Amino acid sequence: MTLFTQTIKQAHEGLKTKKFSAEELAQACLERTKEVNGDLNAYVTVTEDVAIKAAKEVDAKIAKGKGIGILEGIPAGIKDILNTEGVKTTVCSPGLKDFVPPYDATAVKKLKEAGMVMLGKTNLDEFACGASTEHSCFGYTKNPWDLERVAGGSSGGSVAAVAADTCLFAIGTDTGGSIRQPASFCSVSGLKVTYGRVSRSGVTAFASSWDTIGPIAKTAEDLAYVLQAMAGQDPNDMTTPPQEVPDYASLLSGDVKGLKIGIPKEYFIEGVEDDVKESVLAAIKQLEAQGAEVHDISLPMTKYAVAMYYIATPAELSANLARFDGVRFGSKPDDEGEDLIDYYFKQRSVGFGPEIKRRIMMGTYVLSAGYYDAYYKKAQKVRTKIIEDFNNAFKNVDVICAPVSPFPAFKAGAKDDPLAMYMADALTIPASAAGVPGLSVPCGFSKKGLPIGLQIIGPQFEEGRILNVGHAFQQVTDWHTKRPTL
Amino acid sequence: MKISKDQVRHVAKLARLSLDENEVEVFSKQLSAVFEYMDCLNEVDTDNVEPTSQVTGLKNVYREDEVKTSVDPAALLACTELPIENDQIKVKSVM
Repeated sequence: MTLFTQTIKQAHEGLKTKKFSAEELAQACLERTKEVNGDLNAYVTVTEDVAIKAAKEVDAKIAKGKGIGILEGIPAGIKDILNTEGVKTTVCSPGLKDFVPPYDATAVKKLKEAGMVMLGKTNLDEFACGASTEHSCFGYTKNPWDLERVAGGSSGGSVAAVAADTCLFAIGTDTGGSIRQPASFCSVSGLKVTYGRVSRSGVTAFASSWDTIGPIAKTAEDLAYVLQAMAGQDPNDMTTPPQEVPDYASLLSGDVKGLKIGIPKEYFIEGVEDDVKESVLAAIKQLEAQGAEVHDISLPMTKYAVAMYYIATPAELSANLARFDGVRFGSKPDDEGEDLIDYYFKQRSVGFGPEIKRRIMMGTYVLSAGYYDAYYKKAQKVRTKIIEDFNNAFKNVDVICAPVSPFPAFKAGAKDDPLAMYMADALTIPASAAGVPGLSVPCGFSKKGLPIGLQIIGPQFEEGRILNVGHAFQQVTDWHTKRPTL
Repeated sequence: MKISKDQVRHVAKLARLSLDENEVEVFSKQLSAVFEYMDCLNEVDTDNVEPTSQVTGLKNVYREDEVKTSVDPAALLACTELPIENDQIKVKSVM
């Protein structure tokens, strides 16, 4: 029996019935990681000792005849932007290469309480800014389906780790598509939650009014289990609202009869590759065959989302990183300079990589005197218009189905022009702007054999609804069970 | 909107980044292209539209002003690479 290829649900059954121990499961995943990580570069740190210790605790509990929760003993990868107490958290930034945080992010703390076995920290674009992990100071994560191509980003490490069966689930963050896009590139399931559904406390900020933390797994059902453990209000993050957290697994009926699906024409325009359109439309046909109703809709602001995003989020990034001085934490530069202001210049110039410098420049520019109204305020108003698009759509439909990315995984170096890279987020940014949840599930392959993802978007706090659509789809299709040969 | 090399130098100074001449040149070109693209937002009529900065409608979230222990101060101080004196981080002179 191959332990590491299991879903969370399967592994949980195996642990409960003592088919294997949590330590055996952790060892299997660690060995698998050693076997493939050299090729993939999915993990930047592997935490073998932490994993074995956590697994042994679960085994001790099972040996005493105690019941275990669904995530107890389940091996996971954590994006290296979530603080992990006593374990390096680098954000894949030169200036934080050696940073060891003294506390856990709330999401990590909750997962540990739920019994997760942390295997390691996964690669990302520096400060989660990018769509390919090519902006990581540790080099990019390769796509398990084609090693010449990127895994996507910014949660590329987390996604490749799941796709390559090194762990049973992983945690990522999604600001403009950073879970959904790599999930579609690597043929796994990934959920971007409603803004505020999962606490951001202890997660390094990129754009504070956009950032979300979410799960990546092999099935929509598994996503529900991981979300359950992380979701909810947190006194350490004032933007987590008091909305009740439903029992997500109980919402997975697999029934989509009468569900109204909106198909936005703006997500199927020129620039979206034919293979992508065909697979996504075939997936929607499948849902229709299961009893869903399909309606054509329009989200007219879609084409302005990228421009709006690359004003609004660099502004927030530059404001957040204005407070990063390399004094309280972060690497000290070799040349410490003459005085404090000189220290800041020296530290920041070696501490940030090129994309972060570029975005700090963009953000500082749009917030500077004389340009604030023309750029930043304008972008915030366009954000309101994008929200209105979704509000109008959800008056008539229950969910929206569309492609995740205009194209499948691209080759490393193919998008070295910043603007070309920014366009990779064109179909994921709008949901982020509106703070609504979005799910990416595998729905096919291009003619070249590259994975394609279906995006399912719902109204705020309706994670259960979109997970059920993904679950229903996965009950009758097998795209999510396909694995790359490594 | 074209971003000149002088503008790049000015913004870099505001952002406390020291750029070399090559970076100034590259950023001037790249940022000009990006901001030229962003001009498409001028097509959107935003008269009488309120700007959005918070998407779930929360506002003025308060908590009691109580002293609580969070992270051990010694553990926080251990994060710095700079010298520590009397539980304070010693930085270069300000002036």
